[in-house]
Amino acid sequence: MNKAVRTISLLMFICIFGCSIVFQPTNVEAFSNQIIQQGATGDDVVELQARLQYIGFYHGTIDGVYGWGTYWAVRKFQEQFGLTIDGLVGSEMKAILKKNTNYDYKWVHKQFYEGRKFTYYGATPKELQTGPKGSRSPQKEPAKRSQQGKAPTPWKQPTTGKTPTQGGTPTPGPVKTPPTTPVPAEEPVKGEKKQEKADIHEAINVPAGFSQNDIRMMAQAVYGEARGEPYIGQVAVAAVILNRVKSPSFPNTPSGVIFEPRAFTAVADGQIWLDPDETARRAVLDAINGQDPSGNALYYFNPSTATSGWIWSRPQVRKIGKHIFCK
Amino acid sequence: MIRSILIAVLAIVVVSTAYWGYQEHQEKNSILIKAESSYQRAFHDLTYNLDQLHDEIGATLAMNSKKQLSPSLADVWRVTSMAQVNLGQLPLALMPFNKTEEYLYKVGNFSYRNAIRDLDKEPLTNEEYKVLKELYQQSGEIQKEMRQIQSMVLKDNLRWMDVELALASEVEPLDNAIIDGFKIVNEKVEGFNEVEWGADLPQLQANDELLSKRFTGKEISKEEAKEIALAFCELENAKVEVEETGDGLAYKSYSVMINDPKHKANIFMDISKKGGHPIWLLQDRQIGETKISLNEAAEKAKAFLEKNNHKQMQLVDSKQYNAVGVFNFVYLKDNVRVYPDSIVIEVSLQDKQIIGYEATAYLANHRKRTIPAPKLTMEEAKKSLNPALEVKEHHLALIKNELEDEVLTHEFFGVINNDTYRIFINAQTGHEEQVEKLDNAEPVYKSR
Repeated sequence: MNKAVRTISLLMFICIFGCSIVFQPTNVEAFSNQIIQQGATGDDVVELQARLQYIGFYHGTIDGVYGWGTYWAVRKFQEQFGLTIDGLVGSEMKAILKKNTNYDYKWVHKQFYEGRKFTYYGATPKELQTGPKGSRSPQKEPAKRSQQGKAPTPWKQPTTGKTPTQGGTPTPGPVKTPPTTPVPAEEPVKGEKKQEKADIHEAINVPAGFSQNDIRMMAQAVYGEARGEPYIGQVAVAAVILNRVKSPSFPNTPSGVIFEPRAFTAVADGQIWLDPDETARRAVLDAINGQDPSGNALYYFNPSTATSGWIWSRPQVRKIGKHIFCK
Repeated sequence: MIRSILIAVLAIVVVSTAYWGYQEHQEKNSILIKAESSYQRAFHDLTYNLDQLHDEIGATLAMNSKKQLSPSLADVWRVTSMAQVNLGQLPLALMPFNKTEEYLYKVGNFSYRNAIRDLDKEPLTNEEYKVLKELYQQSGEIQKEMRQIQSMVLKDNLRWMDVELALASEVEPLDNAIIDGFKIVNEKVEGFNEVEWGADLPQLQANDELLSKRFTGKEISKEEAKEIALAFCELENAKVEVEETGDGLAYKSYSVMINDPKHKANIFMDISKKGGHPIWLLQDRQIGETKISLNEAAEKAKAFLEKNNHKQMQLVDSKQYNAVGVFNFVYLKDNVRVYPDSIVIEVSLQDKQIIGYEATAYLANHRKRTIPAPKLTMEEAKKSLNPALEVKEHHLALIKNELEDEVLTHEFFGVINNDTYRIFINAQTGHEEQVEKLDNAEPVYKSR
């Protein structure tokens, strides 16, 4: 049985591949020509997820982040179509995807930006798959999006040739539709069952062990403490926070460290509540990724304003900008 | 007439100002009282925890049955973490109380390890029992001191807000009963340092000490450091400044600042004095639009590593943050992923430039190892997995376990109910060494 499926899919693959060679030029555009790899974000990932969902390989949220769920879906797809199973979406896989699925760019993006809860299974009319406007999480104007200081770029169109002509109508004229869709018979049913759960929801990558809110809080602390400092000075302040989290002499969470009474002046004078800029956020991400220009420092001080004599007795590592970092 | 109106107006102003001032005063007082109460709560909870700690350690000592030792050690662990939390809420930062906090951490660590270990098979050794006895005696001393401070606080109505003020003004010598009391406790604990914690306890060793042990070879000069830095950044004729780092680090290194003329940005990096190893690099510049794919950037990072003589590295994690790609590489030896030897590289997705390099973990851990052959095959190791896990991928991996030992494991990636997990099974014993839920994308929460 399994073998049969495999030979059928192999046959289909050959057939499709043959078609794709002959008719390729007429039906390109949607994907840009990048190889999509795990961890990527952006429009290509939205399209990949939508297309995989269309033929029932992917049941997760269409969120524009190539995470583990997408990775397994891609591998399953590669296995069924006899491609190298490596989780990399190259031109070959994209061509097969395009042959077998419709991608209504306009429609998907409309759902995406209007914040609708929706799915994209091929066998169900689209009208049944979308919820009311704003049904996933209410969000009004796109201006708000870029204002929040994250992901302004990935949602930009990476290619120029992307035309919305694909929208709506099932594969137009010159394309020879492959004899069958490769979807096993039960897949659409499964899809329909799941459609209540699956939805689209913009997402972003976060480093393991930290939430977006942790990063935001640390960025606020860094911004409040070190905003006129050189970039590595900001990374170093973020690293000090993380070194304290790891140190036995300090609280064990970022919030515990930041809000420890008398630990940071930015907390005492309220500057921590300022809106952090993108640089502070990047500094925090760098520190989380292991960068530590402070050299394992636990303290830092500004020599011109420090009042404590004790702090001068700590072994100093280096001076960055106005701050001296010490242990 | 005008005069009386004026008087009336002024009177109203005076009265309302007085009323407003009174309101403000009331408000300020109530906030002060609230802050004071939360300090007081943390303080009294702390002394209560230290009382408990002493009692719990005592109870552990008195126990005969080994089966009950585990829960009571777990209780010791729980109490120490609570004491740590309460300590963190007191305004003691910048005051030397760190020895006491470290002491609590060590007690917690010691009790945790022994609580999770199978005491039926591996009972406490004589030394460990001795440690426990010492801890009992020491926690008794801390308890006594803390009780003394507490009684003073209660009797004289001492306020933590005054401690804050005293610490803030920093008139030396600090003249505050609470501060003095805490200093005495800390000095006592400093005297405890002689406890033999046992061989398998991880020392509180910072990364830089490990690094200082690993660096070998001859010391390089400032000039050589400059050359290494330029070659590493693939730059020529750039302005370079080299400085030595301070004494705070256990190893000696040069901090190098390079002015990258093309991007009008500074590159900062550290190079070890011994052997001239680049330790980390960071470039300070704004990244604009995404122009290349994550995949291309990954290739670039890999090529960069190879160029710098790290030939045996495998990409294990890649992530895109806006226009920056972050790649995590680990050392691959005979097809075993050596997780402690990791290097993180950041690549700009605008122009493929290497903008971050972090090799501290690699430099601290990498050495010639002999990796034993696994006793269990993959199929055998699979039997230790949760049957609900649908295994998708398998590797052999060397990881550091909770006891900071390097162990050879089978690394499984699998799925339960749409969630992906990574599970490390010890390749010699079949123990589950580590289970992780991999969840790396987070939805964007928008304000309503």
